[in-house]
Amino acid sequence: MTDRTDDNKLNTIDLVNKNLAKRFRAEKRFQAYGIASICFGLFCLVFLFTDIISKGTRGFFYHYMPMEINLDADTLGITDTSDTDQILAANYTAVVKKAVYEEFQASGRKQKKDARKLIAIDATGYKIQGLMKTNAESLINTTITIDVLVDDKVDFYLKRIGNYGEPGKEYFNEQQLAWIEQLMDKESGGLEKKLNVAFFTSGDSAQSEEAGILSAFMGSLYLLLVTFCLSFPIGIAAAVYLEEYAPKNKWTDLIEININNLAAVPSIIFGLLGLAIFLSFFGFPRSTPLVGGLVLTLMTLPTIIISSRAAIKAVPPSIREAAYGIGASKMQVTIHHVIPLAMPGMLTGTIIGLAQALGESAPLLMIGMAAFIPDVPGGITDPATVLPMQIFQWFRNADAGFSEKASAAIMILIMFLIMMNALAVWARKRLERRW
Amino acid sequence: MSFSTLFVIILVGIAVAYVLGRSRSLTIAGRLGGIKSLHSLPFYYGTQAALWCAIPCLILLALWAAFDDSIIRQIILQHLSPEQQNLSAQELSLLLNTVESIASGVSSIQASPEVMAIADRVISLRQLSQTILAVTIICALVLLAAWGWVKVKPEYRARNGVERVFMLFLLTCSTLAIFTTVGIVFSVLFESIRFFGMIPITEFLFGTHWSPQLAIRSDQVGSSGAFGAIPLFTGTMLISLIAMIIAVPTGLMTAIYLSEYANNKVRAIVKPLLEILAGIPTVVYGFFAALTVAPMIKNALHGLELPLISFAIGPLEVSGESALAAGLVMGVMIIPFVSSLSDDVINAVPQSLRDGSYGLGSTQSETVKKVILPAALPGIVGAILLAVSRAIGETMIVVMAVGTAARLTMNPLESVTTVTVQMTTLLIGDHEFDSAKTLAAFALGLVLFVITLGLNFFALRIVKKYREQYD
Amino acid sequence: MNDDVLDVADVRAMNEVVQQPVVAKNKITDISEITETVGIPFADNAKMSMRNVDVFYGEKQAIFDVNLDIGVNEVIAMIGPSGCGKSTFLRCLNRMNDTIDICKVTGELNLEGQNIYDPKLDVVPLRARVGMVFQKPNPFPKSIYDNVAYGPRIHGLATRRADMDEIVETSLRRAGLWEEVKDRLHQPGTGLSGGQQQRLCIARTIAVSPEVILMDEPCSALDPIATARIEELIDELSENFTIAIVTHSMQQAARVSHRTAYFHLGKLVEVNETEKVFTNPDHDLTESYITGRFG
Repeated sequence: MTDRTDDNKLNTIDLVNKNLAKRFRAEKRFQAYGIASICFGLFCLVFLFTDIISKGTRGFFYHYMPMEINLDADTLGITDTSDTDQILAANYTAVVKKAVYEEFQASGRKQKKDARKLIAIDATGYKIQGLMKTNAESLINTTITIDVLVDDKVDFYLKRIGNYGEPGKEYFNEQQLAWIEQLMDKESGGLEKKLNVAFFTSGDSAQSEEAGILSAFMGSLYLLLVTFCLSFPIGIAAAVYLEEYAPKNKWTDLIEININNLAAVPSIIFGLLGLAIFLSFFGFPRSTPLVGGLVLTLMTLPTIIISSRAAIKAVPPSIREAAYGIGASKMQVTIHHVIPLAMPGMLTGTIIGLAQALGESAPLLMIGMAAFIPDVPGGITDPATVLPMQIFQWFRNADAGFSEKASAAIMILIMFLIMMNALAVWARKRLERRW
Repeated sequence: MSFSTLFVIILVGIAVAYVLGRSRSLTIAGRLGGIKSLHSLPFYYGTQAALWCAIPCLILLALWAAFDDSIIRQIILQHLSPEQQNLSAQELSLLLNTVESIASGVSSIQASPEVMAIADRVISLRQLSQTILAVTIICALVLLAAWGWVKVKPEYRARNGVERVFMLFLLTCSTLAIFTTVGIVFSVLFESIRFFGMIPITEFLFGTHWSPQLAIRSDQVGSSGAFGAIPLFTGTMLISLIAMIIAVPTGLMTAIYLSEYANNKVRAIVKPLLEILAGIPTVVYGFFAALTVAPMIKNALHGLELPLISFAIGPLEVSGESALAAGLVMGVMIIPFVSSLSDDVINAVPQSLRDGSYGLGSTQSETVKKVILPAALPGIVGAILLAVSRAIGETMIVVMAVGTAARLTMNPLESVTTVTVQMTTLLIGDHEFDSAKTLAAFALGLVLFVITLGLNFFALRIVKKYREQYD
Repeated sequence: MNDDVLDVADVRAMNEVVQQPVVAKNKITDISEITETVGIPFADNAKMSMRNVDVFYGEKQAIFDVNLDIGVNEVIAMIGPSGCGKSTFLRCLNRMNDTIDICKVTGELNLEGQNIYDPKLDVVPLRARVGMVFQKPNPFPKSIYDNVAYGPRIHGLATRRADMDEIVETSLRRAGLWEEVKDRLHQPGTGLSGGQQQRLCIARTIAVSPEVILMDEPCSALDPIATARIEELIDELSENFTIAIVTHSMQQAARVSHRTAYFHLGKLVEVNETEKVFTNPDHDLTESYITGRFG
């Protein structure tokens, strides 16, 4: 106990205390940065979702109005109701137009033209054609009341009335605005906002009021089917090889480096691969779920292999030793014990890989899946589009109605992704065994 | 017979071979006194026989399916009339398409007799090919099944054979990764070499003018177009830089806060929430960037007079497709990527270092800044490199939110274009596969691949070294 | 204060003594019957004094009602079988247990009359006064110089470069490492041998000039020669610092400490002059332990 030490001690704690306030301020500041970062991330998440949902919910609804339409045989040009060709080729737009003029009491070319622009004439025509196909005889020369779709611009405007600046108003002239007002004020039989069923039951269309997601949805299903059928067995086989069989040598290292690198190669590069190898070299049909599935298989394989390997690693060696101990061969140990025990982990990885494939767009762009496909694909070799590509297509379309369709499709896509991820979490929680 | 019918026939053949092999082994075993006297279980004899049938037949079928169309095409091309052979490439492909649609019965267009003759020829060649294939495969099936049946002997080591095939199957699946890489390299390399045959590589890499739109037709004036890719590189760099400025600090601080400060409850809620950001498809981000963020930025900043800056260039001019919007949204997308990678890295720093620092009386932030971050630095650098490679290769956000006009600028408020945007614009739609315009996309792809591969390779090595250090 | 250190011969003699049949003094077989610490747990000139200390990990209680004083410039050794709570107790003395969420400490722990678990008290200056050396050498992945300078730097103890150099040199000298590393101060500390690393960690701790140094099995990862070097160092340091050391090796406790505390299943069974503990302990549990019947 010398004097020097006592001085020193006094000195130290004084110095420490002197700087303390400054250091604690720095500490608080640092923590604040952390909290701010997290808040920023969460804010972006909330903002993104509110934005998509507020736009997307509009896309699920549409404005209809009930209208009386007289199916006058002369106007339709039908002379014989048993002749199907005549029924198909009849002039349905003419009766719709007539009904529209009556509805708005439009006279004169200018007014008639204005009136026509408020109602989706073609779509209504197709609807009547559909009705006539089944029972033309009972309908001909009667007056039916059906819900007709308003024009997509009218729908756009109606959905935004009351918003700042009333976007969409600029599409219409005085007369049309007056008519819209009149429709809105009608006590009964006026405009009605209803769930747009056609959005779920029809394919893409050039008219936004008729466009639906069914074809893209089926395309996505086929694509996922192909991807799953290829990537699941191949991914598991590769993982089993690398964990159970592979000797420690240069070749195995090369495979591992390749897998890890491929997991980080931009997806668009896989699109180039698909274009050059599958389309140009092998001559597979363009825009099909088959080619899309092949490309996405190559893309998702690294994800599946990496997570499957982790699952296999988690199987304790004691189980293998027990099986070897009673004389099982390597293949038997693998098939009877390792794969079943690692299956939950592998399934989780596969679901996550498939979710990634479902949302993927860039490589599909390269192999021509960003195409206008109104028909629902019937198989994996039919031209098809998928949900992300449909969203992209609608996004690129300048017509007013398509943007909210795209938002609605995004909501459906995200819903499916959330479901798949929830399934993966469930599989992990429920099936995974801990040792 | 169609391919699918043949496929079913092969499946039936395999099943029959299995049953035959298995039953024969059982018969032999019965004669010798039980299954014990066989080398392997009956299952393996059956499987062995089935594999002998399956592998050659399926390979044959696959090869045939892959190549018969192109072989038939070659035969047709060789038998074209002289004037047809003199057609330009475009007209020839049109002709072949017509033939194809007539031959497959898709359309009933009335074409000229010559075309109809070619179509008939295609149909007959196809039928011939199908017949040959069917006969070959059925013969092969019968012979192989018979051979497999003969091979069943008690001392025959069927299990070892089956296990070897199983192992080879696993090995093949695992080498797919190598083949994919090789496939990528070949598909971009060959087309790029052809491209560099038309446009010198130096002009491509160091040229500052990019306007490939001119090269629509080969006989057009000034058809060569301009393929100086520097504006694309700078555009890509600008957007990636903006994304990194957003993502790196935010992601890193998030990781630090979650691993060092937050309690388990907060972590359990915040982590999965932020990971949702990583799971959102890029097309959704693109949509959000183009329709929400870009207009917002434009409304907020356009015409704004900032001191100093406005003095030099006047009021701000903001493009509706500004690089800022795309970069911002891309940054948000990358936040969870950076944070989860950094989280792993930070958690790998041993607790003893933290204890050492706390034991000396340092505050948490001092421990983080002076001990944990320096110790984790290599891992964090690796994570950032991976994030950069991700930003460079990101496609949908930029395709949807920035323009296609190549501008050599570093102003984030202007519209720029990127490598990936140009690749998609050059390749979407029907183009001649040989024009400089489409080939340029492959050259861009090569550049993108080389850069991202290099970044990934180094990043993964750094991270691996780093992990080994603390294992 | 007792500065005598038992040498190996003493320990051997001591062992001969205890190998004779043990006569039960206060025979206790059930741990729950231990209610009071025997021996001399209190000191007149207490640097730190602990009263009624309980420690819980979640539901589980790890330390039961410990009362102990640590005198100024004393070396106190804490021994006991694995899991007896001696390390847990040591980590309470500079609140290192704060980093474990589920750990809860109750009772009174005073450093020069000030309760260190006072919610108003900051751990940062506390740890500057009560430093700690850990079981495994844990140098930071920085240079030797920066390792030692880390503490003074964060606490702002030296403003000028020359002052810092002096602190680093003095600390390394006191840790007996100066001669070995003076030519490579700017090479990474992780490149040193295990024993050197541990002495570096001690130098790092004393660079802050703490009043108390806690050592948690500082030699358990080292070879015998390095261990002997550290033990010498502890002896030298005891002139200026108060030291509490947890050790697994009874010989080490016998060699370096003035008093020895014996912990058993979370309870402090006996505290006595080291010589007494190893020759003639008051409690038969202590005796059983030092004769090697469990541990």
